[in-house]
Amino acid sequence: MMEFFNEYLVVLIALLVCVIMSIIRVIRGPTAPDRVVGVDTINTIVIVGMVVFGAAYQEVIYIDVAIVYALLSFISTLFIAKYLEGGEF
Amino acid sequence: MIFEIIIYIFLGIGVFFNVLAGVGLLRFPDVYTRLHAGTKCTTFGSIFIIGSVILIGLKTWWEKDLNGSVLAIHSAFALIAILLTNPVGAHAIARAAHRSGVMPAQAVVDELQDKTTKKSTGKKPKAKTALKEEGGEQ
Repeated sequence: MMEFFNEYLVVLIALLVCVIMSIIRVIRGPTAPDRVVGVDTINTIVIVGMVVFGAAYQEVIYIDVAIVYALLSFISTLFIAKYLEGGEF
Repeated sequence: MIFEIIIYIFLGIGVFFNVLAGVGLLRFPDVYTRLHAGTKCTTFGSIFIIGSVILIGLKTWWEKDLNGSVLAIHSAFALIAILLTNPVGAHAIARAAHRSGVMPAQAVVDELQDKTTKKSTGKKPKAKTALKEEGGEQ
């Protein structure tokens, strides 16, 4: 399955451009929720990039890492949102 | 042949919407519109990219051996995880942004303000009693 290798590298470079734009938003964000939105977008794009990487090299272990990363990023996002809200945990 | 064309079309749609999410995250003026761009476009694009990976796994399973089915099923689980966790996280961020005092750009009236303050400060039973008293007086 080496004929999909180059196409998936192109997809990964495009996703890298998205991550760079989100990092610019994280650096320039005026308020704290802007930075949280940028970090959430970076998390989703990194999950998609891990799945694409696992499909490019035919390795299933990257996709398992992507599943665990998705659940952990969801928990961290909820925790940061609860912290910004200022309520009790 | 037509299978590969479908896979490439899915990859193109997914990459287009992910780049659109990045551009919207840079260009929009507000927290809520940035959240709108960064969450919905990313979810829609990841559906198509992971869908293409699922199709490649099914093709490998159809042609060669059973390793492609493992790839397809695990990619489907990753897609289910993204679909379940992404809107919930976006809703939590939006509610936290509104309660921490971030107003939308060019906003004049905030009609959600009274509801959230009543809920957060515990004035809701007082409002209920006030409504009951008004009903009794009438």
